[in-house]
Amino acid sequence: MEFAELIKTPRVDGVVLHRPFMPTVEGTLCLTGHHLILSSRQDNTEELWLLHANIDSIEKRFVGSLGTIIVKCKDLRVIQLDIPGMEECLNIASSIEALSTLDSVSLMYPFFYRPLFEVIEDGWQLFVPEEAFKDLESMTDEWRLSEVNKDFSVCPSYPSLLTVPKDIDDESLCKAASFRHGGRFPVLSYYHKKNGMVMMRAAQPLTGTNGRRCKEDEKLINATLCAGKRGYIIDTRTIAVAQQAKARGGGFEQEANYPQWRRIHKAIERSNVLQEGLIKLVEACNDQSHSMDRWLSKLEASNWQSNVKEILTTACLAAQCIDREGASVLVHGTEGTDSTLQVTSLAQIILDPACRTIRGFEALIEREWLQAGHPFQQRCAQSAYSNGKPRSEAPVFLLFLDCVWQILRQFPCSFQFNENFLIMLFEHAYASQFGTFLGNSVAERLKLLLSQKTVSLWSWVNRPQELERFLNPLYEPNNLVIWPSVAPQSLLLWEGVFLRWNRSTKCLDEAYQEMVHIIEYNKELQNKVNSLRRQLAQLETEDGPLQTP
Amino acid sequence: HLHVRVEQVKLLDRFSNKSVTGTLHLTATHLIFVESNSTSAQEIWILHHHIASVEKLSLTTSGCPLLIQCRNFRLVHFVIPRERDCHDIYSSLLRLLRPVSYDELYAFSYNPKQNDQQREEGWQLIDLAAEFERMGVPCDQWQLTDVNREYKVCETYPRDLYVPITASKPIIVGSSKFRSKGRFPVLTYFYQEKKAAVCRCSQPLSGFSARCLEDEHMLQAISKANHNSRYIYVMDTRPKLNALANRAAGKGYENEDNYPNIRFQFVGIENIHVMRGSLQKLLEVMGTRSLSMTDYLVGLENSGWLRHIKAIMDAAIFLAKAVTDEGASVLVHCSDGWDRTAQVCALGSLLLDPYYRTIKGFMVLIEKDWISFGHKFADRCDQLDPDPKEVSPIFTQFLECVWQLTEQFPQAFEFSEWFLIQIHEHVHSCQFGNFLGNSQRQREDLQLKERTYSLWAHLLSEKQNYLNPVYSPSFAESHPVLEPSTQAYHFKFWRNMYHQYDRSMHPRQSILKHVYKVFLHLSLHSSEMTHAFLCLCAFPQKLQTFGVSTSPLKPQTPPRERSHPPRPQSLILGAPLLSRKEVQQEEDEEVFGEEAREDAPASTGGERTVEGSSATENGYGELKGSFDSKNEPAVVTLEFGVARMTC
Repeated sequence: MEFAELIKTPRVDGVVLHRPFMPTVEGTLCLTGHHLILSSRQDNTEELWLLHANIDSIEKRFVGSLGTIIVKCKDLRVIQLDIPGMEECLNIASSIEALSTLDSVSLMYPFFYRPLFEVIEDGWQLFVPEEAFKDLESMTDEWRLSEVNKDFSVCPSYPSLLTVPKDIDDESLCKAASFRHGGRFPVLSYYHKKNGMVMMRAAQPLTGTNGRRCKEDEKLINATLCAGKRGYIIDTRTIAVAQQAKARGGGFEQEANYPQWRRIHKAIERSNVLQEGLIKLVEACNDQSHSMDRWLSKLEASNWQSNVKEILTTACLAAQCIDREGASVLVHGTEGTDSTLQVTSLAQIILDPACRTIRGFEALIEREWLQAGHPFQQRCAQSAYSNGKPRSEAPVFLLFLDCVWQILRQFPCSFQFNENFLIMLFEHAYASQFGTFLGNSVAERLKLLLSQKTVSLWSWVNRPQELERFLNPLYEPNNLVIWPSVAPQSLLLWEGVFLRWNRSTKCLDEAYQEMVHIIEYNKELQNKVNSLRRQLAQLETEDGPLQTP
Repeated sequence: HLHVRVEQVKLLDRFSNKSVTGTLHLTATHLIFVESNSTSAQEIWILHHHIASVEKLSLTTSGCPLLIQCRNFRLVHFVIPRERDCHDIYSSLLRLLRPVSYDELYAFSYNPKQNDQQREEGWQLIDLAAEFERMGVPCDQWQLTDVNREYKVCETYPRDLYVPITASKPIIVGSSKFRSKGRFPVLTYFYQEKKAAVCRCSQPLSGFSARCLEDEHMLQAISKANHNSRYIYVMDTRPKLNALANRAAGKGYENEDNYPNIRFQFVGIENIHVMRGSLQKLLEVMGTRSLSMTDYLVGLENSGWLRHIKAIMDAAIFLAKAVTDEGASVLVHCSDGWDRTAQVCALGSLLLDPYYRTIKGFMVLIEKDWISFGHKFADRCDQLDPDPKEVSPIFTQFLECVWQLTEQFPQAFEFSEWFLIQIHEHVHSCQFGNFLGNSQRQREDLQLKERTYSLWAHLLSEKQNYLNPVYSPSFAESHPVLEPSTQAYHFKFWRNMYHQYDRSMHPRQSILKHVYKVFLHLSLHSSEMTHAFLCLCAFPQKLQTFGVSTSPLKPQTPPRERSHPPRPQSLILGAPLLSRKEVQQEEDEEVFGEEAREDAPASTGGERTVEGSSATENGYGELKGSFDSKNEPAVVTLEFGVARMTC
């Protein structure tokens, strides 16, 4: 298919762009296969380059022959384009609609994007399971890397290499896989070096109504327990939801069959409910006419903050079991690709200082989200402005980022990255020139040949000139476990995302710059002091002890 | 002399199941709890005046619980082993926290070891005559009147008042007779650039049809004093319904037909009773254990608290816009003109004038619009002879509005939120004379300047604790007038005020604290560089060999003149230190750094966490002992703070 077929009017002059808190721009609107471009053709005004993939929905309005298109983006921005001429406006609108809803992945921009920078460190090769396993091997020999899923037949959503207990053979793994939803048998998610406890993740067991059991599954998870020790199974669903799952062939671990495990149920919402919450929240944030009462009741009705609190609490509980109780943990919900990953990845941020560095956080996203089979393409196909009935869209990853932001707010000196880094990840998960978040699993990504045909987000982010924007000036590495408060009074609305386009941030940005300035000035002085010290020491050794003037 | 001492008292944490044991002391001025535990040994000092209520709960197996609620939103829950001890403390406290005469207030016994001259100087720090001069008053349109020199026209106003030059004495006196409590229109802020005045008064006694020519004259005079505008705004800060109801009692509001050049406007701030109820509801919700997000948000909404805060802010913005955009003068009143009027005039002035956003200027503002114009601190803050119907958090709301502004304009204020919290603390502490009594006249009768000390001198002496590290004086030049957004989502719950003493709620690392630390380093570096530079000067001939010229080695000063606040430690990070010892300890830690402490033997409980963040304190779920119990529960539901197990 040629994009040109979809572009009936490639160029319109005299288009006026309106954006909140920014001056209007008049210029020429151009449509390309992947971008909507508006340029005033003057040197000092910036051009608007909008990826079609970033467009969530559009609305058209006409007043006489002046048409207006309201473009609502996946990054939650809303812009308005006034287009002279009804026909032009209609053409542009229908082109945008067609181009922003292309079904075929291989037509996406990442397959056409050619970087203007030299790729020094290929992001596709940065985080391979073998490397992660080497680290694990240096700490313990209880685990092995299994190739049982090398052709993705045991579990299509898992990667080809999986870390499993050493004593469990591949045949048992296959049997355990047949007992778990989508074949997602329990695998290692995190090893807590401090006390040797582990966190595993899986999908729900397929016990069904008649209480089916699987010896291999029991053996597999018991193999992770030390002698005489017991563990916790954290089921992210309420007991009622877990009970209902039995009727559809799912279920939960029966006490009788897993006597060494204590099961804890939490109440993280299923992904389809989350999408509705996002839509409600963004609608509330975008309505400027709200009274205080209406705003608070809409915020409440969106349930967003409740979800943040529940996810964080569950992650903290998992971390508490591991670090404070000295017990191993197995986490699962239904499919094991959504709430499960939220919990396992957040628990690692709490427990493992490495995850709070930029590289470590990237590795975490690779491990616990991309390779673990979170269906990014399905979940991020639409954002808060989607009109249609949601298929499998859900802001699971955004909620995770929100939780990370909450921890970052409470421990502003413990993260190497700043809020901008999280916002950038949110944007790229929904629309990007990079291939990292395309596809739903490792298997799909291999099939799409992403690593050959597209550029990795990490190749770009890790360049020093980009990284600078994402560094937290307050960062001071600390090796401690960080326990966030999950009281509602301690959790805030993530303004950087949800109010990003609805407020002027000039004053806040300047204050941040001032803070950065103070800190950098301090570092500069520190360096000068150090160099003076060195000089002084050198002089003293040459001339003998010196009398202080 | 009173001193009760009870051992083995348990202090329960408000939100978790944690408790500590210690000794409780009751002195003439404080209730003190000293933790007996080895290392941390925290001390809690509660001033009797801070205690709002004491409650003895029914006896439990571990002892007799005593619940103490404080006006600074601290809530302590003691369990005293013996019922008799508990009763003793309870009844002593009841007696102590209801002083019957002013002489019993702490301010009259508090002695910070200053001589009379220092005390006097403290009281002279804030000079309102100088403040009016700073605004450019008296001038060709405004004059100082001596009509109230003897408090004869209005008891609750200060002696010195500023009125339009065309307002003669008979007009003033006539107008005052037509206003509640004699509070006639007077100047409170003069916006020199547009010659626009902000005036304040109480409601007119207009009833359904009464008129007063002098009062009408008075408003004309205010209008005429400003050549930039043909009209003045009259802001009635009450909801229209309340103002209408007042008409039946012979009070009411200005009829536009009788006052030719006014634009009349209601702004709808609720009265003291609604505000009191609102705060009560807010605190009830926030005090709930295991509060869910839904209950939190619904409770926040139902309390109406943020709605009221927004209403006050909206009114102040209306005032500031009228003055700056239209150059019009504004007359503000409510019923008596000492609650809502004080809020709106003070906040409006703060938006208009950057001076009020400095530490000194903020003191002046409070002294002017709140203290001198007779906000009834004694009644509103329940200092003496309590009438529960008179108590209301009007001043707290003003402080909160200022805090909301600091959130939108982080560089506009010289002070940090800790300054606001500290002022709030002392409005209730009765430790300093400033806020005692209901009016200037009463304060003079009490001879406060001779018998007590001024809070402002105290706060200025530790000014460095209250500095905002990102304050930028140049911000005032680019933003002389603040124009805050009043979108509902910009108003936040002020956790550090209402949960100041609830440690587990606060971030365990603070940006403010971190930047303070950097300040400390900056000063260390400067002095060390000076020292090193002087040493190096001893070998001028050698300097060349290092390729160092002397100029870059000149001791550097920070880019802007700043003093260096010590590193604070409190329940809220960013609060000033309490004692020398802590400062020393903090500095020691500074030297050894985090790494050194890492290897140190773990303290009790073996938790090494950031700034004391802990899993148990936050109570994600309590797992302890769950495996040891013989009857294993069939279902375990872990909720915030509590584990409920059902067999």
